[in-house]
Amino acid sequence: MTIKEREQEIINEFELFDDWMDKYNYIIELGKSVPSIPAEYKVEKYLISGCQASVWLHARYENGKVYFSAESDALITKGIVALLIRVLSGQPPRDIIDAELDFINRIGLKEHLSQTRANGLLNMIRQMKLYALAFQRTETGKHTQHD
Amino acid sequence: MSLQHDNIRKEFPILQREVNGRPLVYLDNAATTQKPRAVMERLRIYYEQENSNIHRGAHYLSQQATVAYEKARETVKGFINAGSPQEVIFTRGTTEAINLVANSFCKKFVMPGDEVLISAMEHHSNIVPWQIACQEREAFLKVIPMNEAGELDMEGCRDLLNKKTKIVAVTHVSNALGTVNPVREIIDLAHEKSIPVLIDGAQATPHFPVDVQALDCDFYCFSGHKVYGPMGVGVLYGKEEWLNSMPPYQGGGEMIREVSFSKTTYSELPFKFEAGTPNVADVLGMETALLFIKGLGQQQIAAYEDDLLNYAISQLGALDKIRFVGTAGQRAGVVSFVFDDIHPYDTGTILDKLGIAVRTGHHCAQPIMDFFKIPGTVRASLGLYNTRQEIDLLVHGLARVREMFA
Ligand SMILES: Cc1ncc(COP(=O)(O)O)c(C=O)c1O
Repeated sequence: MTIKEREQEIINEFELFDDWMDKYNYIIELGKSVPSIPAEYKVEKYLISGCQASVWLHARYENGKVYFSAESDALITKGIVALLIRVLSGQPPRDIIDAELDFINRIGLKEHLSQTRANGLLNMIRQMKLYALAFQRTETGKHTQHD
Repeated sequence: MSLQHDNIRKEFPILQREVNGRPLVYLDNAATTQKPRAVMERLRIYYEQENSNIHRGAHYLSQQATVAYEKARETVKGFINAGSPQEVIFTRGTTEAINLVANSFCKKFVMPGDEVLISAMEHHSNIVPWQIACQEREAFLKVIPMNEAGELDMEGCRDLLNKKTKIVAVTHVSNALGTVNPVREIIDLAHEKSIPVLIDGAQATPHFPVDVQALDCDFYCFSGHKVYGPMGVGVLYGKEEWLNSMPPYQGGGEMIREVSFSKTTYSELPFKFEAGTPNVADVLGMETALLFIKGLGQQQIAAYEDDLLNYAISQLGALDKIRFVGTAGQRAGVVSFVFDDIHPYDTGTILDKLGIAVRTGHHCAQPIMDFFKIPGTVRASLGLYNTRQEIDLLVHGLARVREMFA
């Protein structure tokens, strides 16, 4: 599935909720169900510090795709992080860099991004794109060497 | 209590609005307070009828604005019981007031190897300006420790005061913990060694009357927006002898007597420290706010808020897994807490959905959070218009949070 398709899938799921309580309960459940990031990644090096909630993000590159794992100490943030990973993980770097991630707005969670300093989410998206950019660079670097 | 709540709340139009479809419960007064109608009216009238630059033109409006501005200085003088209006400097707020002293005082009186003493519970505004000044002067920043309750260690304070200490800067009330510090005692200790003391009064002035002469502090700072006045305006009180001996902070118009390219002589106090066109409208708005709370009675406000704070502490204390951060014997305006099993950000998000405005995070006091080894707290901070019903709504909201996350 492409990034857009995955976004649409999430938008459809969220249309089932008729009030904010259901929506947040779902996000909280999602946050609880996300497997913890391996301890070796839950260190300063992978920490994206937000003012309030911390997010740890790890990325690896395999066969032309980027795989993310992440976690947060706040459950709501962790739930939203899980959604972002569902959309972006396993996608090619170029698509990650170009992703607009409009679904966050469409499912009514934009407030968690606009409070720039309040949680690490906006920084996390930026960091995900930076990883993708770095992987893409090494990739094109390899090609030029081969050429 | 003697405050007439139905009437008082009507004076604050914003309290009638809804947030997320629910009546607003505003419990973030330590960040900023809401403004009574009279303050907004004062701003409107100034711009509609009095606007003019002050201390400059001889024309009618300019004179009228100048008189109003200087009358506001008199009002502030009365509000904190300063010795004279010259000791009242208008600034952009507490932050600018502290920066002014850190910059100007340290330039003159702090030499390499000297020390500046602050406390473990300062707002970043009362840490960073001193850090910058110390770096510049090659001086050392020392910190009065606190205990687990969030009370300053007075023995530690005594030990840290020494010949090299050039100034002490401590907060009157902690914005993160609510602790009311024994500033009178700190001032006395420092004065025994002839060391001047600056008090950060940003969180004190909204809650109880302050008398700078009785305290005998050398500097006192507060922000207009935290005492029901407009944003962008505040006060530095300084004893005349100190202000006279300090060099100007910023240069510009208004603060000079004579300028030639080779030499400039500076104006008298307070103008020496008020370079450029001041924020006249907001100074007048702040004056109105101060008169507003004086009119209600500062003692009455203090008694009412004390009672409300105790009510909040006892009601919140019944919640499961709650831990108060800051349990000092003397507190004002603020109750800070965490749930052992729920992140403050999660708590704050759900409360916001319920129309309840609290602050979550480190409250610009990261060293305090490091001390308690927590990422932040949930802080409910009270204003004179808050009610017991609002505390009940907060407690219900938190019970809801517990259901959702437990
Ligand atoms: C104790 C304390 N000091 C200083 C400040 C800074 O005040 P302002 O941002 O109005 O300059 C605050 C505001 O949060 C405060 O609570």
